[in-house]
Amino acid sequence: MFDVIENGWQAFSAETEFNRFKECQEDWRISYVNKDYKVCPTYPQAVFVPKSVEDETIIKAATFRQGGRFPVLSYYHKDSKTVLMRSSQPLSGPNGKRCKEDERLVNSVMGMGKRGFIVDTRAQGVAKIAQSKGGGFELEAHYPQWRRIHQPIERRTSFHDSLIKMIEACNDSSSSMDKWLSKLESSNWLTHVKDIITSSCVVAQSMDKERVSVLVHGSEGTDTTLLVSSLSQIILDHDCRTVTGFEALIEREWIQAGHPFRTRCNKSAYAITKQRQESPVFLLFIDCVWQIWQQFPCSFEFSEKFLLTLFQHSYSSQFGTFLCNNERERLHCKVADRTVSLWSFLNRMEILQDFMNPMYEPNPAVIWPSVAPQSLMVWTGLYLRGVIDQTPQDEAWKEIYKIREYDQELRSKVNKLRRQLASLEREAISHGVVSPPVQKAAASSGDGIDNMASPLVNNSL
Amino acid sequence: MSLYKKCEQTPISLEVLQARWRLFGHVLRREPLIPANKAMACYFHDNAKRARVSELKKPSMNDFLNRLEGSGWLKHIAAVIDTSAFIARAISDGTSVLVHCSDGWDRTAQTCSLAGIMLDPYYRTMQGFQALIEKEWLGFGHKFTDRCGLLESVEVKETSPVFTQFLECVWQMMQQFPCAFQFNERFLLTIHDHIYSCQFGTFIGNCEKDRLDLRLSERTYSLWGYMSLHSTEYLNPLYKKTYEIKRPVIIPNPSPQALRYWRGMYNRFESGIHPRENVQDISSAAKDHSVSLEDHVLLLEKRVTQICKLLGKSEEAIQRKLQGHVSMDSIEGYLSGHIGDSSSASNNAVTPNYYNHKTGPFDLPEPVEMVTLTSKGSFDSVAQLEGSKGASLGGSMNHIKSDSESGFDEASSQLSRSGGVDELVGGVGGTGGGVLQSPGSDILTVEQLVAELKTVAIGWKSFRNVFSCSCASPFDHYVKKFHCWKCGQVFCVRCIARSIPLPGHYHRRPVPVCKPCYREVRRSPSTEFPLS
Repeated sequence: MFDVIENGWQAFSAETEFNRFKECQEDWRISYVNKDYKVCPTYPQAVFVPKSVEDETIIKAATFRQGGRFPVLSYYHKDSKTVLMRSSQPLSGPNGKRCKEDERLVNSVMGMGKRGFIVDTRAQGVAKIAQSKGGGFELEAHYPQWRRIHQPIERRTSFHDSLIKMIEACNDSSSSMDKWLSKLESSNWLTHVKDIITSSCVVAQSMDKERVSVLVHGSEGTDTTLLVSSLSQIILDHDCRTVTGFEALIEREWIQAGHPFRTRCNKSAYAITKQRQESPVFLLFIDCVWQIWQQFPCSFEFSEKFLLTLFQHSYSSQFGTFLCNNERERLHCKVADRTVSLWSFLNRMEILQDFMNPMYEPNPAVIWPSVAPQSLMVWTGLYLRGVIDQTPQDEAWKEIYKIREYDQELRSKVNKLRRQLASLEREAISHGVVSPPVQKAAASSGDGIDNMASPLVNNSL
Repeated sequence: MSLYKKCEQTPISLEVLQARWRLFGHVLRREPLIPANKAMACYFHDNAKRARVSELKKPSMNDFLNRLEGSGWLKHIAAVIDTSAFIARAISDGTSVLVHCSDGWDRTAQTCSLAGIMLDPYYRTMQGFQALIEKEWLGFGHKFTDRCGLLESVEVKETSPVFTQFLECVWQMMQQFPCAFQFNERFLLTIHDHIYSCQFGTFIGNCEKDRLDLRLSERTYSLWGYMSLHSTEYLNPLYKKTYEIKRPVIIPNPSPQALRYWRGMYNRFESGIHPRENVQDISSAAKDHSVSLEDHVLLLEKRVTQICKLLGKSEEAIQRKLQGHVSMDSIEGYLSGHIGDSSSASNNAVTPNYYNHKTGPFDLPEPVEMVTLTSKGSFDSVAQLEGSKGASLGGSMNHIKSDSESGFDEASSQLSRSGGVDELVGGVGGTGGGVLQSPGSDILTVEQLVAELKTVAIGWKSFRNVFSCSCASPFDHYVKKFHCWKCGQVFCVRCIARSIPLPGHYHRRPVPVCKPCYREVRRSPSTEFPLS
């Protein structure tokens, strides 16, 4: 096969990831309360919790959340010192049950006088129905510093139907224009994309512009919650737009956070029978990243091809990274021993260079994508790659790559030659072959300074 | 048909032009059209939605797609492209084709010109495209004045966006074949603007006779003349001549999935919805930058060779120098000079901004890289670069060796007291003592070398976060940003209007510079540069 240089299984451990948030380590800590997976079967062993909350409180708080998915730290935004947390829905039920421990956990995140938003990815009506079935939402009376806002995203069951309809529309190349547009519209796929990006922008805006911490949850906390939390980080954090940062993001927010890849990425759009648990949630995430990518083609270190490869591996792969539903299952099946990690393969130089974006210029700022319908497009490179020949686009990217490479080459050549010239001049002066420049007399040094000023003025623009 | 033997008649229906105007008219004109009769009224109502598509304040995705479908615009585009592809395929297979519609100046013009673009790479160049428009549209009498409704006397039912449709078909083809066209989207948008603007005489009149009668060639300017002056704005950086040979005939994909919504035309001035980073313009700038650096490399190589010859080095040594090898002697020369002038206190040399290869290509804050070969600062950065490039300086950095016999110390201390190179530039006026005639080649002075190197910026400023020119004119997505080739800053088209040859280039072709740099280069008395 190939030699594993950097072991992908160990590349993104919780400890190394926590070091990225070193500014918040005064208030947050790693907790191993879940080390037997008894508190929450779908969470990893190590989670980030507030320092002021003890493990016992967490154990009790976990019983108040669906599937035991209590609120944990997802991302810390340095510029505004705000945090992004995610969880699942609280089990307040029709009687409005309370849980002191959960309230303590959530309220201790912020200092006095600070505000927070709880972003619920369900519409208000849907949340109320969930409440009648035992789930629900946080009542503002019990969480006084938090304001609840609803940023509705469709349920994951509708994602699957949308994908099937859209792929069907894409494959029908002999249809008329009207039929194509109406099928695309009725699939609602682009509507989902728009909703997800909008919600993520709202979260990002709250954290960056309004300087407010955010807690995101849906119902189960494994689908729309992760979509919003990971996409917000793409918007806010320039590190997530680099290759290693993006891989770390996927590891942290999807794989370790317990997104059930095995059940969700079972068969995709061509399945004959539809399974209830199946849903292209991760594909939607990759699509949303692509939408932002094509609006900011110079701000991402990786190319479109990288995203395409990740999508393919999430469904069918020779590597073990996307296997199983959560960390507990992976440990049980000994995935790390029996398979190779995808990151071990991808991060090798000769493989990675195919996935680099030639237009990349590091962009430390927060990027705000547009969600106007005119800005969002069908991802031709993925959904239509069987229908439309992608060779001209590949050629265009090769050309762009060549232009940039040549430019870099010339720069380094110029620098080398300039250095060479400098050293030769020194040599020439020392050998007396070229006389050193004339020493200006003191009287005319005034003029010299004036003359000096004008070239410098331009230079310091 | 019986009279036309050996011919096959293929009727292809393209919708009649009035309908098209209804659906399109609202995109450009804001006031609703009064329908001629009841049938038209229904059509009008449906298609008025099209304008709303482009103007919607907070549309949902489905709203947008619905109205796009309802307008039927893309359907027409698809039909025109389909027909042209059919014609192109027939010709490419060896069958001659005669195309006609009812009048022969609308749909015929569209399909024939598109087929020409598909078949002949010449029509995909700027000059060829202009020739095509002259031939198929202006020459064959497309009624521009009537179709664009330029005069009040024109009947409403004569107006129709036929040429706009043609331009959109060309744009759709450009999306499918990004490397096949010499021109870019801005080219098409500019032509489209001037069909309606009447600023140029090219599109005035309904036929050639009209243009002769109106004596347009005497009384107006031609659009093509204006566009040739600004041709750098219209070039596609991805265009490859080899493409013409490899793929002379390009037939676009007929499936509806291949067509896109032309944001640049219908939402042009809403900058928020366009991609925030323009890949084409950045690549264009990178290409220009490479041209500048290429020329500069040639000059540097010439200078290196000159000095080597003065020093009497062998051909082999010269070649090695050109490859960038720095000999240990010259490094030690640096070191001793450095140690020698450590006693001189007045070291206020300008710290140069050597381009650090590790930062992004266009991200330099200070654009001018001066080779301050004489100041202490430059030695440090050179040494650092050497170190970072892995050159084995290692222990020799600490090697102390005094070298006073060659007058080296004196030279370096002189220069460091002078405070850096800038004063030297200022003192160029007096060339006494600094000039040595070298055998067979031109006069070489340190001042001249420094002046030459100063005139070429190694790094050009990034376009990112540049929202207006220094003259305060704003940049939107479709306005091209230019770089000054001397200082590397970003300017608008008016501020970059001057061109001048730069001493730092070997070939001395005039290149665009900003006004301050223009004045500076004109004033600088470089001996090789004749003051004109």
